[in-house]
Amino acid sequence: MYQYTDFDKQFVKLRAQQFRDQLERWQRGELTDEQLLPLRLQNGWYIQRYAPMARIAVPYGEISSTQLRTLAHIAREYDKPAPELLAHAQATQDALQDAQPGATLAAPPLRYGYGHFTTRTNVQFNWIPLNRAADVMDLLASVSMHGIQTSGNDIRNITCDALEGIAEDSIVDTRPYAEITRQWSSLHPEFTYLPRKFKIAFNGAEEDRAATGWYDIGLQARRADDGSVGFAVKVGGGMGRTPIIGSVVREFLPWDQLLNYIEAVVRTYNSYGRRDNKWKARIKILVKSEGQNFIDAVEKEYHDIVHLDGAPHTITQAELDRVSSHFVVPELKAAHLPSKVSPQGQLYQRWLQQNVRGHRLPGLKTVTLSFKRPGFATGDADADTLDALAQLAEQFSAAEARLTHEQNLMLPWVHESDLPALYEAARALGLAQPNIGLLTDMIICPGGDYCSLANARSLHIGAAVTERYQDLDELFDLGPIDLHMSGCINSCGHHHSGHIGILGVDKDGKEWYQITLGGADGSALSGPAIGGKVVCPSFTAAEVPDVIEALLATFRALRKPGELFIDALRRIGHDPFKQAANGARRPKADQEALAEQD
Amino acid sequence: MKIIATNALPKSADDQKTLQIGNDAELADLVASGALEGVQRVELQFPKFTDGRAYTQALLLRRRYRFAGDIRATGDVLIDQLVHMHRSGFTSAVLAPGVDAAAAERQFARFAAFYQGDVLEPRPLFAREAA
Repeated sequence: MYQYTDFDKQFVKLRAQQFRDQLERWQRGELTDEQLLPLRLQNGWYIQRYAPMARIAVPYGEISSTQLRTLAHIAREYDKPAPELLAHAQATQDALQDAQPGATLAAPPLRYGYGHFTTRTNVQFNWIPLNRAADVMDLLASVSMHGIQTSGNDIRNITCDALEGIAEDSIVDTRPYAEITRQWSSLHPEFTYLPRKFKIAFNGAEEDRAATGWYDIGLQARRADDGSVGFAVKVGGGMGRTPIIGSVVREFLPWDQLLNYIEAVVRTYNSYGRRDNKWKARIKILVKSEGQNFIDAVEKEYHDIVHLDGAPHTITQAELDRVSSHFVVPELKAAHLPSKVSPQGQLYQRWLQQNVRGHRLPGLKTVTLSFKRPGFATGDADADTLDALAQLAEQFSAAEARLTHEQNLMLPWVHESDLPALYEAARALGLAQPNIGLLTDMIICPGGDYCSLANARSLHIGAAVTERYQDLDELFDLGPIDLHMSGCINSCGHHHSGHIGILGVDKDGKEWYQITLGGADGSALSGPAIGGKVVCPSFTAAEVPDVIEALLATFRALRKPGELFIDALRRIGHDPFKQAANGARRPKADQEALAEQD
Repeated sequence: MKIIATNALPKSADDQKTLQIGNDAELADLVASGALEGVQRVELQFPKFTDGRAYTQALLLRRRYRFAGDIRATGDVLIDQLVHMHRSGFTSAVLAPGVDAAAAERQFARFAAFYQGDVLEPRPLFAREAA
């Protein structure tokens, strides 16, 4: 993984210092709340329902054991609400629960002391008081971490496929290109106050595992016949209120032109993107409304950058070589730890099947630790778990781990001979559920338990689905299914790309849930990226697990032998599924009776 | 960069030939029409400090249209955006009413260098280090 140079280290320290200065001026009343807002967002600090949220960047998901230990320390020492704040927050959530229509789902209590893995490979903390924010940034800077541009209307933390450089179907390892782009985008003077946020993703393999179609800019690596590297450039994808798949504007952009071309795209967006309406401010709206005019404007700007400005950001071979030299195979040795695992045991075999993948290098495997487990919110790791992960990575994976966009944590350098011992260790930590890619490997945003944007809670639905589908025979029988859920239309839980999507909506202060069917993130399992379609009027929280059960029962009744859920859905069409979903709706009288019993 | 407190601004216009450019104006058209000829100062506007269009305008005026006069930031100009403005080609800024100019100065001392090229130093860090 990338190792910070002296310049890089100094840069994040100065950034932390600058943020401290800004916070102090705000505390002295020299900056208004409104003036501080974009400054704290540009450092990853939101204000949520009850407390600030810190979003820490983990570029390309790559994280070291040292960094994991620092996150553990932050979770333990800083992610703590004052008792009266927690009591107030819980009472407010309880009142929200009581106000729900009819029967509802049990809501897990609010928790603290956790890092939360997000779909854009950031780590979030929910309870750090703002007066300790500067100290946390200093701590992070000490291990080459930061929250730079993890929020705000700027170029956000850049993501890649979690398997960059190690995938069996790798074309190019895109991490060096992504890192060069990340550095270029950091504190960019011209592009810090864009109309809206701007997200870039790279994918370097045959299979698109980075959801590039859903990004403002999606970059798919390619090799020309002569072996030279370039990128297919997609622009204008995004979820939110208007889900759109990015348009291909370049089939093959030579690698050294990457920054020049991105500059042309972002400059065009900065000049012409809408600023009058937050919901129409993303680049996707500009691309959609202007079509070819937008592409022509970008190409003209790119031409001028190259021919009039002298293309100062053309990437040099020397810089590519320098950055690439960080993304090498680390020194590897097998742990050779003893294990009592029976290699033929069904659980272990299932874990091998679902959680272990092939590796570009012989004798190595990648292992995904599942953060989809009963009793915990999706992607949540407490301080002890973060410490344990640091140790696991040290023992089994050259002290490196990777966050995945499905909110799990992967160990990228595991010796095949170490698999039984790793399985045993992961199981002891409760991280060996063999459910990667299956129904319960859900993507879920924190929703209305923490987020002030959310229209509805999401974690209690995740908990109910997790609880209902603990039978592994059943999960394996259902096969791979992408279940994605967002607590509001901002779509942080990627509901648009779920085979089954759940979207929280607000009606008169009450939580309701829309179900969508047939979305795809762009990976091989479900083909080209596409948004799901809403199936019928929304449901109450209590109905949602029943609706999912009804959808799955329909699938089992109608599928051909061996057919996957998404394939069956596409073959059969949505109608029988819609009917089944509607059939799971509880009559109002039943709901009231159930509510009485609670 | 010349930083001017609102109340320090001369009451009557100085003798600079000034052109005010709205942040939705087409620079290419303006330049083609000859509007910049003889102009000594261009004023670019920040209707809100979060509206970043003028950064692009300033950069293009300097880098592409070779404008050598003063480029002045006006409107909702606050302290924490001044370094971005300076790097994008602004040479003067009139602070929004009530903003303390003293706190502005130390923002310029913090970062000795940045990754990407800008108007002051067109080469990115990697090209500077290689030179």
